[in-house]
Amino acid sequence: MRELGGGPETGDSPVGGLDAAIRVRRGDFELDVSLAVEPGETAALLGPNGAGKSTIVAALAGLLPLHDGCVRLAGRVLDEPASGIFVPPEQRRIGVVFQDQILFGHLSALDNVAFGLTAQGVRRAEARERAQVWLDAIDLGDLGYRRPKALSGGQRQRVALARALACEPDLLLADEPLGSLDVTARNRLRRNLAAHLSSGRSGGGDTSSAPRAGALAVPRLLITHDPTDAFVLADRVHILEGGQLTQSGTPDELRRSPATAYAADLSGINLLRGSVSDGEITIALDASETTAPPQSRRPTQMLHAADTTVAGAVLVTIHPRAIALHRERPSGSPRNVWRTTAEAVEPLGDITRVLLGPPLRVTADITPGAAHELRIRPGASLWVSVKATEVEIAPDSSD
Amino acid sequence: MNSMAASEMHNRAPHRNSRVVPPWPVAVLAGIGVILFALPLIGLVARAPWTGLWTHLSSRFVVDAAVLSVVSSIAAAAVAAVVGVPLAWVLARVDFRGRSVIRALVTLPMVLPPVVGGAALLFALGRRGVVGGPLHDATGLLLPFSIWGVILANAFVATPFVILTVEGALRNLDQRYEAAAATLGASRLRVLARVTLPMIGPALGVAVVVAWARALGEFGATVTFAGNLGGRTQTLPLAVFVALEGDRDAAIAISLVLVALSLGLLIGLRDRWWPSR
Repeated sequence: MRELGGGPETGDSPVGGLDAAIRVRRGDFELDVSLAVEPGETAALLGPNGAGKSTIVAALAGLLPLHDGCVRLAGRVLDEPASGIFVPPEQRRIGVVFQDQILFGHLSALDNVAFGLTAQGVRRAEARERAQVWLDAIDLGDLGYRRPKALSGGQRQRVALARALACEPDLLLADEPLGSLDVTARNRLRRNLAAHLSSGRSGGGDTSSAPRAGALAVPRLLITHDPTDAFVLADRVHILEGGQLTQSGTPDELRRSPATAYAADLSGINLLRGSVSDGEITIALDASETTAPPQSRRPTQMLHAADTTVAGAVLVTIHPRAIALHRERPSGSPRNVWRTTAEAVEPLGDITRVLLGPPLRVTADITPGAAHELRIRPGASLWVSVKATEVEIAPDSSD
Repeated sequence: MNSMAASEMHNRAPHRNSRVVPPWPVAVLAGIGVILFALPLIGLVARAPWTGLWTHLSSRFVVDAAVLSVVSSIAAAAVAAVVGVPLAWVLARVDFRGRSVIRALVTLPMVLPPVVGGAALLFALGRRGVVGGPLHDATGLLLPFSIWGVILANAFVATPFVILTVEGALRNLDQRYEAAAATLGASRLRVLARVTLPMIGPALGVAVVVAWARALGEFGATVTFAGNLGGRTQTLPLAVFVALEGDRDAAIAISLVLVALSLGLLIGLRDRWWPSR
């Protein structure tokens, strides 16, 4: 029988961060993952179904004991079979945002957010006051009396996030937080999440409102199968395949040198933000991204999408294989044609990945044969063409 | 996933206006079923002494039995809830050897003839019973022939309803709600009180009401274990049995009250017993 209760303080782990070596066996499935998340860092664990994502969530949250290894968080050992330490979930101080939210249906949104505070001994009145501050921060201040059933999917997800953060946890663990939402809600909430998760880098979204003084310094781990979520939200992405981490790195590192076919497929997705009207997308560029002289208006690049049903702010995705490269200006039908230079060329086995420079920093995957024929090398001048049908857009409103 | 669930629901719940017509053999057999249950009621209502009904019901004999029935059945339902819910939790959540044997044991009264249950209680807790003898010698307490005996006999037959209903509800409850509460810092008892019990509240309510109704109608175990003493252990069902020997009109009057009560209860429960979607 393992001993229950808090683990001893350890000096050698990074205080504040998560440092985990998770080894779990479940029938035939074996999981062996080492993972570190610094305070203030947002890490994404990206993997296909069955890779072991939910096992990692359960192991970190204390819902599934380790078979071997160690979980350290904020200087505390939470689980270490070798020394007989196992801290139960209620003492781990890990805020979990569950897939499907798992809000308490018999409690109002306000009481859902206050639940953790009262469980920790905060007086009911004070807990509700603090919960109200959180609801105000996620723009649900007026809806606190509603039961989860009476909220939209996106609203429920925000309540779930507030509920997890209100306890001021040592780690925020979000398990497919956007998984159960439709595309519009996903994109809207992704920006909202970015605001809560961003550690100062360009995340987008409104970062002004949340009571994040405590939340900022916390390590955050996002579990997802959606590369868009991972690459938009995370500072560092860990790729999980078959119970093992196959690669870890910044989104940019993964883009440049993906280690597996799965990583290559996921990391090449091009994500751009813009606004659309009648299928014409305006992408705002950073001033430094163009050679044009500084002007009063931000420089922009136009793209055309076949989909004319969406208007307003959009998230644009273009698959790297949909981007064609040419030596000369292409003739014919492609609607999107622009001139650029190759910044980097990465041979990845059966594809060659070309990272393109201004005006649009996008990734193109072409065959090694085509790369050879086009004599592509860093600095080479190229023409880019993308069919309008390959430019996918989804609404991306920030509230 | 959502759309799948929606279309499934759509298939199972036909539109209000589209009438399903049963195949004729089904309709005939179902009709026979209805007659089987309706006929006894018709007999009862046809023979009812409508004019003297109130006189029969307000007699000392009936009032005493009614008071005893109400008190003992409510007490038995309370016992069933207090004992049945923890038992259900253990059966639903703890994996231990012999669990199916324990489950069979505690739900045995549902299928056992109540008289046998009453006799077993008597041999265990009666004046000369295995436990009842020493208990009587030590404290002077005698369960048979007292209201405590009635409550015990009622609880004996009523508790299995609570156990089975609550265990089913616990098994159907998504355990991630309890996990979520735990990650928010709630102790196990707090999870039970603030999440588990509220979430199975409707099922628990149904379980207690059904247990109460079962206790109210209990006859065999009560008459065997607690006896049939007017004013002390004679509940309404026993009063009906006694009255049948002498004053048939009184027996019918009491029966009508019990039928009305049970029927009203089941109609009231209908939507909760089979959760409306």
